[in-house]
Amino acid sequence: MSKEWPLWEVFVRAKNGLAHKHVGSVHAADDRMAIEAARDTYTRRMEGVSLWVVRSADIVASDPGESAALFEPAADKVYRHPTFYSIPEHVKNI
Amino acid sequence: MADPVHECALRLGDDSLILGQRLSEWCGHAPMLEVDLSLANIALDLVGQATLFLGVAGDADKLAFHRDVLDFKNCLLVEQPNGDFAQTIARQFLFSNWQELVFRELTRSRNATLAAIAGKAVKEVAYHARFANEWMVRLGDGTAESRARVVDGLEWVWRFGDELFEVDGVIEPLIASGVSADVRKLRGEWDQRIARTLADATLEMPKPRRAAKGGRIGHHSEHLGHILTEMQFLPRAYPGAQW
Amino acid sequence: MYTTELKDRNQKAAPVTTAAEDPVKLAAFEARVAADDFIEPKDWMPEAYRKTLVRQISQHAHSEIVGMLPEGNWITRAPSLRRKAVLLAKVQDEGGHGLYLYAAAETLGTSRDEMIEALHSGRAKYSTIFNYPTLTWADIGAIGWLVDGAAILNQVPLQRTSYGPYARAMVRICKEESFHQRQGYEIMMALAAGSPEQKRMAQNALDRWWWPSLMMFGPPDENSPNTAQSVRWRIKRETNDELRQKFVDVTVPQAEAIGITVPDPALKWNEARGSYDFGAIDWDEFYAVVRGEGPVAKERVKARVEAWESGAWVREAANAHAAKRAHRAAAE
Repeated sequence: MSKEWPLWEVFVRAKNGLAHKHVGSVHAADDRMAIEAARDTYTRRMEGVSLWVVRSADIVASDPGESAALFEPAADKVYRHPTFYSIPEHVKNI
Repeated sequence: MADPVHECALRLGDDSLILGQRLSEWCGHAPMLEVDLSLANIALDLVGQATLFLGVAGDADKLAFHRDVLDFKNCLLVEQPNGDFAQTIARQFLFSNWQELVFRELTRSRNATLAAIAGKAVKEVAYHARFANEWMVRLGDGTAESRARVVDGLEWVWRFGDELFEVDGVIEPLIASGVSADVRKLRGEWDQRIARTLADATLEMPKPRRAAKGGRIGHHSEHLGHILTEMQFLPRAYPGAQW
Repeated sequence: MYTTELKDRNQKAAPVTTAAEDPVKLAAFEARVAADDFIEPKDWMPEAYRKTLVRQISQHAHSEIVGMLPEGNWITRAPSLRRKAVLLAKVQDEGGHGLYLYAAAETLGTSRDEMIEALHSGRAKYSTIFNYPTLTWADIGAIGWLVDGAAILNQVPLQRTSYGPYARAMVRICKEESFHQRQGYEIMMALAAGSPEQKRMAQNALDRWWWPSLMMFGPPDENSPNTAQSVRWRIKRETNDELRQKFVDVTVPQAEAIGITVPDPALKWNEARGSYDFGAIDWDEFYAVVRGEGPVAKERVKARVEAWESGAWVREAANAHAAKRAHRAAAE
């Protein structure tokens, strides 16, 4: 029984100026094959101008069990958002 | 005598059509899903090129579906059977590296239509060559079995390489007038490309042998008749029907 | 293409139970799903949810891959260059969709190799529809029109399914499939407007594909025991019978528009329901096909197994080469 080709996560930049976005994954034996498989699978309809492939095993993800500790503390930092500050109507360009 | 530009377009179009037809036989049967998608993409590019080139020569569908063997002008290489994956890759390796060079030259053609088609197609074919070159290396420098298979595949297709660089009296004037690429001048670069990839693949260059030729004048292998039988079945069985 | 759980009639439906789960976690999970929140791969989920999803998504993936075969049968015989390119692109899309779906199922901890093994050994099911042969070019039209039409009805609601990777795959698939049904109907239109032989081909294809298409939606709701659970978990958003009715209602006028006849003498517009009444489906045939006794079931599985086995040396070679390269890179 042969070993399964490793899994790679695929990220596509839809056009210059935008960030790469995760679109899915492919199996490939090596990095060049991963790029080709990603190209032939995820950019058949002009979806992209640039590709990243990363071995799925190399991705470090946050633990959903810790998501409360990681993300909820940001919820009450409303002063980080511009709408927190009231500026009189007649003051412009701020 | 037909317009020589038509003849030139026929040769280019038939090469793409027959290889596209061959590659599409893989659809649904490739060694891995990802590879299935890649082979289908290459086949699609080739069918697209065929449609454009045959359109220069006349009514593309009429040409594709209503000519018999003697009137097809593709090289013998593209009509060779898929064999196993190694033979398919070996065929693609010789052909795509040649086609990329030809299209690169053809982008400078005095015939604006041919130049425009080549301009689009050269990018497609550069990818085909990359794909085939990489697979040659994986198979050559993979396992003992893959190596033996790719050596066999290369053995099968090698005798069809020389035909790619033949020039005859039909094309000669088109080269002189700057319409057609002069394939003779591309031989050195092709040889280098082939040698480089074979070296990466740790494979020996096959020994020279008597070339198999005749496709450009309609003298094909037995395979083409069967390809046409299948491909042309519907338009032949229902003359005049619209699909 | 197919998203309803497939089981033999005699096989006991696997009892979907969550009795062994941590009640606090289960309640939190149920609340999230009920609020239309998405569940992501690393989130806690009940085992039954995971299992049901793996089965459903892999069945769906297998259907795409096996579904390449009946249409692939006609790529080399497509009657014009345009039809050839369109069909090749479409069949390739099905392959891509299979790939997206395998990837979505893999996020649940089952490898693609395991899923493929289940398909080849006959343990995993795929849509019954692909066990019917494509005899004429009109069958390619009928598949695009009817089979993809049925698939779209199944798939559109699944874009909002509760499992994130599945929902995202479905969004992509639905976007790409929008041309599939249209190209099929276009083929049927051309044939229906063509010569008497072509019309016959079109009518004959509708005759053979109509009932199997209705069966694609799966067994009637009363024989689909886990539907309620699946609907509650947003793995399924409408029942088999609801979707089937919708399909009949949209498809009958499309057949009429091109002058071909749906092969059902009981078919009748029901003014009161605002829907078509239609004849009884031959469920014995359906369950026989599910059991693997479809007309070309053996050929379909054989083709997949052969492709897989004859490609084993290629997959091994690529692995071996990658290992050599890694070894050389490490030595440098």
